[in-house]
Amino acid sequence: MQTLDKYLELFHKYRKQIGRDDLPYVKEMRDAAILSFQQSGFPGRKEERYKYTHLEPVFDGELSFDFQPRKIDYDEAEIFSCDVPMLDSNVLTVLNGFFHHPETEALISLNNGIIYGSLKEASTQYPDLVKKYLGKIASSNDEPFVALNTAFSQDGIFLYIPEGVRMERPIQIINLLLSDKNQIVQHRNLFVLEKNAEAQVIVCDHTLSPQMFLTNSVSEVYTGENANLDLLRLQNEHNNSCQVTNTWINQDRNSNCQHGTITLHGGIVRNNLRINMEGEGAETSTLGLFLTDKMQHVDSYTVIEHSKPHCTSNQYYKGVLDDASTGAFNGKIHVHPDAQMTKAFQSNNNILLSDAARMYTKPRLEIYADDVKCSHGATVGQLDEEGLFYLQSRGIAKDESRLMLMDAFTWDVISKIKQPSLRGRITELVGKRLRGELSRCNNCAMHCD
Amino acid sequence: MTDQEKILNEVTDSDYKFGFQTNIDTETIPKGLNEEVVRIISAKKEEPKWLTESRLKAFRHWQTMKMPQWAHLRIPEINYQDIIFYAAPKQEAKYENMDEVDPELIDTFNRLGIPLEEQKQLAGVAVDAVMDSVSVKTTFQDTLADKGIIFCSFSDAVKNHPDLIKKYMGSVVPYTDNYFAALNSAVFSDGSFCYIPKGVHCPMELSTYFRINAANTGQFERTLIVAEDDSFVSYLEGCTAPMRDENQLHAAIVEIVAGENTEVKYSTVQNWYPGNKEGKGGIYNFVTKRGICRGDNSKISWTQVETGSAVTWKYPSCILKGNNSVGEFYSVAVTNNYQQADTGTKMIHIGKNTRSTIISKGISAGKSENSYRGLVKVLKSAENARNYSQCDSLLLGDKCGAHTFPYLEVDNRSAVVEHEATTSKIGEDQIFYCNQRGIDTENAISLIVNGYAKEVLNKLPMEFAVEAQKLLAITLEGSVG
Repeated sequence: MQTLDKYLELFHKYRKQIGRDDLPYVKEMRDAAILSFQQSGFPGRKEERYKYTHLEPVFDGELSFDFQPRKIDYDEAEIFSCDVPMLDSNVLTVLNGFFHHPETEALISLNNGIIYGSLKEASTQYPDLVKKYLGKIASSNDEPFVALNTAFSQDGIFLYIPEGVRMERPIQIINLLLSDKNQIVQHRNLFVLEKNAEAQVIVCDHTLSPQMFLTNSVSEVYTGENANLDLLRLQNEHNNSCQVTNTWINQDRNSNCQHGTITLHGGIVRNNLRINMEGEGAETSTLGLFLTDKMQHVDSYTVIEHSKPHCTSNQYYKGVLDDASTGAFNGKIHVHPDAQMTKAFQSNNNILLSDAARMYTKPRLEIYADDVKCSHGATVGQLDEEGLFYLQSRGIAKDESRLMLMDAFTWDVISKIKQPSLRGRITELVGKRLRGELSRCNNCAMHCD
Repeated sequence: MTDQEKILNEVTDSDYKFGFQTNIDTETIPKGLNEEVVRIISAKKEEPKWLTESRLKAFRHWQTMKMPQWAHLRIPEINYQDIIFYAAPKQEAKYENMDEVDPELIDTFNRLGIPLEEQKQLAGVAVDAVMDSVSVKTTFQDTLADKGIIFCSFSDAVKNHPDLIKKYMGSVVPYTDNYFAALNSAVFSDGSFCYIPKGVHCPMELSTYFRINAANTGQFERTLIVAEDDSFVSYLEGCTAPMRDENQLHAAIVEIVAGENTEVKYSTVQNWYPGNKEGKGGIYNFVTKRGICRGDNSKISWTQVETGSAVTWKYPSCILKGNNSVGEFYSVAVTNNYQQADTGTKMIHIGKNTRSTIISKGISAGKSENSYRGLVKVLKSAENARNYSQCDSLLLGDKCGAHTFPYLEVDNRSAVVEHEATTSKIGEDQIFYCNQRGIDTENAISLIVNGYAKEVLNKLPMEFAVEAQKLLAITLEGSVG
């Protein structure tokens, strides 16, 4: 109760600053969202969806909140360092939840009609375009953290690909967290792909200072008819941070979407993913891979809504858990009454490496149509003894054999990443992570705690 | 309309076969539930003081609880003050021989396909027939008594073996366990008690038939099976209920205690009245079934065929406490018309090298909802625990739902836990394959459904398999030959 009151008070006290440039519809949205959040409150342990992840204590901490981009001294070289540096991409930097653009405009419009940059700027420059989608995909009533974000969010990334345009280079969004005090960051992204559009988006998260960061982000994604989107999220924050991501995707007719989440580091991570296939013949494939150790906690919550016939969905989630880390997977496939000819598949495999590691998995099928092929599978186990023995009998050291088996285990997910250079980079990062090596520069003190 | 649709419609339209009512005077108490009623039930059954107290304790606890809402079920609110909590057939005489048994009662059993007079000749089946709440006739007691096996009604056991009841009742399912367990602990009417002494291999299948009869009565049975070290018992439970308009409440508790090197096999065929085609009437079936493998190397096996009830809420569970103990759960659940079922199991792995297998087959037709909900929990102490779960759903019709909610909680790295589930309808190619080999569509569906459920039906004891097949045939009438 008290935590809820804190946020309500914060909202009402700073109501003017929070929504200083709001258009009327955004203002209404915020008011509705805070009301909805007031009703739902922070999800407690009794709530089925949050049974294994209790976030209220994290939100209760001493956290500062920025209404405007704060001027922060940073090292230029440091800020542009990234886990996926080799990629030829359009890099967009988000610093503490605000689009960071020291050298460019806040909103970049290309000749072929592509628009990308700050969401805040976009909502004033292209009000009709933003209004059509903002808040329409992720509903505050479905999810308390979406409501909280809707009420407080200030900025984020807006990406618009017009009809028939293919974005040649991937968009790379780097979320940087750098502060001198503990901080809560709530940014909001909106990606819109019109009919026949194609784009690839990579999102990376980095913490650059050892303070505690709490991120509650919302990404709303719309893929129009026949559009093709590849969205990959690489989570690599330090272990003192907490991240709640809410990704809501609406897919139109025959669109194709691949969504991937790779979690390497991060204290408490909760990923909410909801894909609604609201057009016939849509296809989606979601990947998830998490590697946890120490006291890390990663909870993946996915909902795939098959609202229309002839849609296909595939989910591959894998986890490797070491030390006292905990993992949770809660995946739901919901096939609506008229969604005939649905094909849905879901798998969740996990490996426990230590006695203190824990895994909770709950794959769910809710099916209301009869002409469907749906299946799911979940396993929790350890490295295969026979496999280990086989490798050792061929002269490979035990530790190396274990790594090889783990590499092979994670490869099932990684191999499904379409872009070859990205796939290669992720393979390397995961390999390094499994070996306990640092993925970033050696003088970075972030991951050594 | 294609042949297949026609057959599916016939299936969906089939009537409840066992819908008849026996006209026997029943002794009832007024409607409603309060402490006084609990006391009356206890007094009517001439129970000792400690049991009355335990009932009252459960009742007081129940009053503080709320009806659970987590199941994937739509249950209209139940008015507990509108239910009669005790009904017993009036002719309560102890029968010396078969001639004294009420002919009408015998007729009822005949129509159910379990002629009482033939029981003695039937292949080793002893029947403790529970008519509403009071045990009417117990057979084969002498044969069992020779071996030291106690198999009697729960109230007899309270009178004759109070120590055993006191020791084991509530030890697996305490009254605080859940809403319906608390209710049952307060108002349970009768049930069966079975005790297998150390080292005894029970020579025959023990079985009980339950049958709700008097209108407006809830039946709250309690079954307690205690199997001492090195023993074996196979227990059968079957239910059929006559047709009724008003919903009837059924909240039972089954407890199994298994010692060391013990095997307990519990089989159920459940066919309570499912309600009519509009979803009116039918039994509410809320059952708490749980077994514990106390000692090492024990095995508890649950097999169930669920075809009846308007609402089923049932999770036969195993607590695998002893090392190397084994839990099994085999289930076929068929729902039709407006039936709703939320059923599954819980496997709690505590001991080392414990193993569990879950095979669940759901078949939904009409406008029914069929859910599997299961928990596999591996505790830190359960080294090398192993679980395999398979949950398949078959959909017959486009208005029904099939759902799977498995929970896997693993707290030990040496554990291997696997879960698999599929949902599909009968493939047209499968039917086509049968057709082109001269099997008509009706028989083809029968063949496929039979094959689909066979894995579970095979686990039923011989004596029960016949009835199980009959029930499947009734529920899927027109498609099963």
